[in-house]
Amino acid sequence: MDILILAGGLSHERDVSIRSGRRVQEALRDHANAVTVQDVDTSLIPALRSGDYSVVWPLLHGASGEDGSLQALLELLDIPFVGTESKPARVAWTKPVAKAVFSRMGIATPEYVTLPQSLFREVGAEQVLDAIAAKFGLPVVVKPAQGGSALGVSLVRQRDDLARAMVHCFAYGDVALIERAVIGTEVAVSVVGTGDDARALPAVEIACDGPYDYDARYNAGRVEYFAPARLDADAAAIVSSAALAVHRALDLRDLSRVDMILESDGTAQVIDINIAPGMTETSLFPQAVEAAGLDLGEVYREIAAHAASRGRV
Amino acid sequence: MRMNDSTPGVPRTAEGTRLDPWFDSYAARAHNMRASEIRALFAVASRPEVVSLAGGMPFIGGLPLADIGEMMRRIIVERGEVALQYGSGQGDVDLREQIVTVMALEGIVAHPDDIVVTTGSQQALDLVTTIFIDPGDVVVAEAPSYVGALGVFRAHEADVVHVDMDGDGLIPEALETTLAGLASQGRRVKFLYTVPNFHNPGGVTMSLERRLRVLEICQRYGVLVLEDNPYGLLGFDHEPLPALRSMSEEGVIYLGSFSKTFAPGFRVGWAVAPHAVREKLVLASEAAILSPSNASQLAISTYLDHFDWQGQIKSFREQYRERRNAMISALEESIPAASWNVPEGGFYVWLKLPPGLDSKSMLPRAVTARVAYVPGTAFYYDGQGADHLRLSYCYPTPERIREGVRRLATVIDAEMETVNIFGTSGDAVGGTVEFPSPDMA
Repeated sequence: MDILILAGGLSHERDVSIRSGRRVQEALRDHANAVTVQDVDTSLIPALRSGDYSVVWPLLHGASGEDGSLQALLELLDIPFVGTESKPARVAWTKPVAKAVFSRMGIATPEYVTLPQSLFREVGAEQVLDAIAAKFGLPVVVKPAQGGSALGVSLVRQRDDLARAMVHCFAYGDVALIERAVIGTEVAVSVVGTGDDARALPAVEIACDGPYDYDARYNAGRVEYFAPARLDADAAAIVSSAALAVHRALDLRDLSRVDMILESDGTAQVIDINIAPGMTETSLFPQAVEAAGLDLGEVYREIAAHAASRGRV
Repeated sequence: MRMNDSTPGVPRTAEGTRLDPWFDSYAARAHNMRASEIRALFAVASRPEVVSLAGGMPFIGGLPLADIGEMMRRIIVERGEVALQYGSGQGDVDLREQIVTVMALEGIVAHPDDIVVTTGSQQALDLVTTIFIDPGDVVVAEAPSYVGALGVFRAHEADVVHVDMDGDGLIPEALETTLAGLASQGRRVKFLYTVPNFHNPGGVTMSLERRLRVLEICQRYGVLVLEDNPYGLLGFDHEPLPALRSMSEEGVIYLGSFSKTFAPGFRVGWAVAPHAVREKLVLASEAAILSPSNASQLAISTYLDHFDWQGQIKSFREQYRERRNAMISALEESIPAASWNVPEGGFYVWLKLPPGLDSKSMLPRAVTARVAYVPGTAFYYDGQGADHLRLSYCYPTPERIREGVRRLATVIDAEMETVNIFGTSGDAVGGTVEFPSPDMA
C-alpha cells in the first residue's frame, strides 16, 4: 500500500501539521510500501492526479484541512482518503454548529454564546461583555469559533481581562465562541472506525500545571499525561460512550479525538472535537493507541487500508 | 484551555508521563527553549503565497550563481584535500589576510593574527559571550537590539540593560546615565553590544561624533565595546563611517561577516579582538567546533581573489536601495498613520504602529492576510517593543514589497477596528521569540 500524506498548508497550524505528517510517515515506515508527505500547494493536484498511491491521508490542521475544503477537493477528484467526508467535516469544524448538534443529541457541552465582532461594534462592546459575565459568571473560555491547537484561546478569570481576550480571539477569526469554563478532569478520547464499527481507545488524562495552551501542548514537560486516564470503570465508560456518541452524531469517519471535561457529578462535557487529531510527539491520539497496547504503525496501517478499501467514491 | 481539578471518587494512583524522560535533567537555561505559538505562526512565512517582510535574508539571486558553482567545483577538484579536511582553529591564514583588506574599507588597521574566523559572526557573538559572561552579568545594548544577540545573551543567562537610540544611533547621555546607575548599584557591566551601522532592527547609523563619545564613556567606565558590523558596506548614499574598532584597538571587539556582502550559506564571519581576548576566543572556538569549515573559508577566499567582490557589493547596494525606496513609498501611500525611519543602508525599516496596536497580538491576522513581519518585542530583553515591528526589504522584489505593505495596511486597519471596538489591544500571542529561528533573525 502506498500512502500520500498531506501536511503543511497555509493555516495557523502549519507547523503542527508538518510535525504530524512526519510522525505518521515515520510510524508507517515498516507498515506500508511507500509513504510520501505532500504540502498543499500548486503541486498538489498534479501529485493527486499521478495516482502513485493507494490512499491519501489528509493531516492538515486548521482551515482548509479540517473545514471540509480539502475533503471536498478529494471527493471532486474521486480520490480515496482517510477521515471524515467534506459535509460532516464542515459541521465539525465550526464549533457552535457542532455544539448545536450535541445539544440536539443530548450530549453535554458547556453553555456558550457565539458572537461576531460586528455585533460588538454595532451595540457596544462593554455592554455585551457585561452581559456575558452576568450570564455565565467567570471564568469563561474565549475561543475562535473555528480553529485548533488552542490558538486564540483565553481562559478569562477577571471581567477586566475579557476585552483583551476578545481582541486576541478576533485576531484569529471574525467569530468568537464564549463558553462557561467547566471544572473537572480533562480527558481526550480517541475514536477509531466508523459508525457501528467505531471503537473508543482508552481515555488520556491531561494534568497541566496551568492552561492547556499551545506551550503546554507542544513542549514536553508541562503536562503530565495519564494513559489510560485515572478513571474508575464507570467514569471510563461514561467518557468512552460520550466520545462514540459524538463520533456517530457528527458522522465522523475513520478517526477522531473528542476532548472532554469530566465533572464531579459524572457528566462528561464535550469541549472540542478533532477530525484530524494531532499526531506529533506530544499529541494525544498516539498516546491513546499505545495505552490500548496497540502498535502505532499497525493502527495507522489499518486506518489507511480501510480507507483504501473504500476505493473511489 | 480548560481548568483542571480532581474528581472525587476517581482513583489517583496511576503513573503519568511528561513525554520527556530527561525533563528534570535540563539546565535551567534550557527551560525557555520551547516551541511557541509565535514561532508556529512563522511556519507559513516561507510559503510563496506569503510576502515575508520578516527575515533578513540577503538577495542571493543577485549573485553570479553559475560562476560560483564552477568556483566550488574547482575548489573540490583542485584543492579538495584541504577543503574537506580539518583546519586551523583560528581560521585560514590567507583568508585572514584578505579580511584585513576588507576591514580597511571601514578604516580598520589590523593584523591577520588579530582575527579569529568563525561560523558566521553569530558564533563570534556566542564565543565572546562565553568568555565574558557569568550568569547575572550585565550586558548593555541598544533599545532595540538584534534578536539573535539577545538569544545568545539569554542562553548565557546575562542580564541585558537597554539604552535608547535616536536617529543618530545610541544616545551617549543615556548610555552614561545607565552606566552610572549600574555602577552605583555595584553592578559590573561586562560589555556594550552595539550595531553602529544600519542597525538591526532600528535601521539607524551612529554618527561619527557619537562614536567618539560612546568610546570615551565606555573607556571611562571600564566597559568593553562589542561592535557588530554586518551591514557597514551596504550604505546607499555615503562612504562608510570609520568603525569603532578603527578608533580603539584595546577597547573594542569587532565582529564582521560575509553573510550580507556575499552569502550567508557559507557561514563565515570573524572577530577582531585585543591579543589576550583573541587567545581565549581561539581556545573557546576550538572547544566548541574544533575549526571553522575549510571548504567555506576556501570558497570565500577564492571569491575574494577571483571575483569583483566590491562590484558585487555595489550591485547589492543598488538592489537594496531600490527595495528600500519601494518599501518607503508603499508605506507613505498605504500606512500614513504609522511612522518609521528611512534607512540609509542595510535591510530594515523599524515601524511604529498607530497608538493602541500591539504587533505581537496582531501577528495571526497578518499571517491570515499572507504577510509576515517580526514583532518589536523580539528585539527587547524585557518585553518592550509591542508598539513596533520590523520590516525587511532585502529579499522580496519591489513589486512584492508593495504588495506586502498593502496587505499589512489592511491588517493594521482591521486590528485598529477591533482595538477601537474593545478599547484595548489584545492579549499577546503566547510565547516569545527569545530563541529566534533563522527566518526571524
